[in-house]
Amino acid sequence: MRSRLAILVLLGLALAAPLVIYPVFLAKVLCFALFACAFNLLLGFAGLLSFGHAVFLGTGGYVTGWLMINSGLTPEIAIIAGTIAGGLLGAIFGKLAVKREGIYFAMVTLALAQLVFFLYLQAPFTGGEDGLQGVPRGKVFGLIDLADNQTMYYFVLAIFLAGFWLIHRTVHSPFGQIMKAIRENESRATSLGYDVNQYKWIAFIISAALSALAGSTKTLVFELASLTDVHWHMSGEVILMTLVGGVGTIVGPLIGAGVVVSMQNYLSGGELGNYLHIIMGAVFVICVLSFRSGIVGQFNKFRRNNF
Amino acid sequence: MATFLGINFFALFGQLLIGLINGSFYALLSLGLAIIFGLLRIINFAQGAMYMLGAFVALLGFKYMGMNYWVALLVVPLVVGLMGILIQRFLIRPIANEDHLYSLLLTFGLALMIQGLFTHWFGSSGQSYPVPEALKGGMRLPFMYLPNYRAWIIVVSVLVCFSTWWMIEKTKLGVYLRAGTENPQLLQAFGINVPLIVTLTFGFGVGLAGFAGVMAAPVYSVSPDMGSNILIIVFAIVVIGGMGSMGGAILTGLGMGVVEGLTKYFYPEASATVIFLVMVIVLMIKPSGLFGKNA
Repeated sequence: MRSRLAILVLLGLALAAPLVIYPVFLAKVLCFALFACAFNLLLGFAGLLSFGHAVFLGTGGYVTGWLMINSGLTPEIAIIAGTIAGGLLGAIFGKLAVKREGIYFAMVTLALAQLVFFLYLQAPFTGGEDGLQGVPRGKVFGLIDLADNQTMYYFVLAIFLAGFWLIHRTVHSPFGQIMKAIRENESRATSLGYDVNQYKWIAFIISAALSALAGSTKTLVFELASLTDVHWHMSGEVILMTLVGGVGTIVGPLIGAGVVVSMQNYLSGGELGNYLHIIMGAVFVICVLSFRSGIVGQFNKFRRNNF
Repeated sequence: MATFLGINFFALFGQLLIGLINGSFYALLSLGLAIIFGLLRIINFAQGAMYMLGAFVALLGFKYMGMNYWVALLVVPLVVGLMGILIQRFLIRPIANEDHLYSLLLTFGLALMIQGLFTHWFGSSGQSYPVPEALKGGMRLPFMYLPNYRAWIIVVSVLVCFSTWWMIEKTKLGVYLRAGTENPQLLQAFGINVPLIVTLTFGFGVGLAGFAGVMAAPVYSVSPDMGSNILIIVFAIVVIGGMGSMGGAILTGLGMGVVEGLTKYFYPEASATVIFLVMVIVLMIKPSGLFGKNA
């Protein structure tokens, strides 16, 4: 009952937020929050650290951007296409990567993502270094014009909630339980007769598709798809968001994304812009050394100990 | 005589040479990674930053203290190795019992910080380091012109790599090192200071990256992002070679340099991706890597 009330309050805040805060910024936070939640589905619930997730964000962005510029399709179709493209790429990468565990898995995903980075750098349809600029936002179902930032925000909010709900459902389904079992004790899960790699693979595909959904939406918000979204630094950023918020918690990545995106926006505007990478690196080190459960994890601990 | 069957041997050997030089650096860096991984089960994401640090220490030593190349070749690996020892002692050891993914993330954060600091201090444009006097000039071979410094890189890197390999695989010290990985408690019971060995090994692996940095300074421009560019390639090489094997790291490093050089001659568009393509193929056929045991 209390959690239901909390959700209603949060939803109310999300609906009212653009009256106070710049809607494009909010939309950016939501896109990254979805990305981080999708990433956390793998790391937090299957124990798989992907170091190449930017590739799915970027792929969704390029496909959606290209379709919006060249095909005249409506934005919802372009977004679905971007999501499917990311899911397909995830199916290929996942098939290769789930054969290895732990740090090997991280390195394989990183190297695969870098392969695609170079392909996108040279491919004709991505605009190379310039990226795809001036992507039109279009009209949803041919009716709702996204040109208005406020409308765009509510559209992103709807997508985010759908994605978030899907992740929530996945985690709490029998499938999610098996994933957790694999994370806790893989050999036991195998001996119980589960095809462990098959489950990891499916989790990878869902995570990749949702990351691509985030990327597709982000492209519409900024009217731009670029190489920065595919670069491995972006893969690092999403790890940082998840770590700051709390690995393996449902709302952690959402809060982490909010914190990191705000930090970046604030720093890059001011005179501290030069220090951005240094500060991000320092946050990483501090989180790992003394703050491993993240904001939400620490909060939960605090609540358990005191109430 | 320079071309045969449409192949321009001047150009081909030129690319092969560049490939072997790149391969020498890949081998040094991936060997360092393999040593650190072998003993600590840590993927040192800061290995590229340490390579960059090596090049910068050499450059700054030359600029502000007149440190010559030969001194740098000895001093820089020690400085970088000491840096590694401090990192291992004060940052990695406290989390040694946590999931190994955390040490990967920690070194990733360190790499970001170090690279950010150097970009802040020196800007992102590259600076040049002079080729030492004794290694200037070159040899004229039948098919190509071979600059002395480049020949030096290949010979010295191969020597350093294989003597390291020999030390670990064939000497008593190496036996202790490998025993430390297999069963630290047992080794400790024999009165051997395992934490010290672990720290020194980390320092040595990182020192190799610093050594590669000095070697690289005269041929590549010294810039803050030189490490992050090479690091991902080295990771791919490590996956191809198989993490368990030091010999694998050396041979794959050199081999992939050559493969890259050949690709640059025959199909230049793919030269940035060919190593990753090889990785995909190897993963499909042998997930543990070419020289790896099943992990």
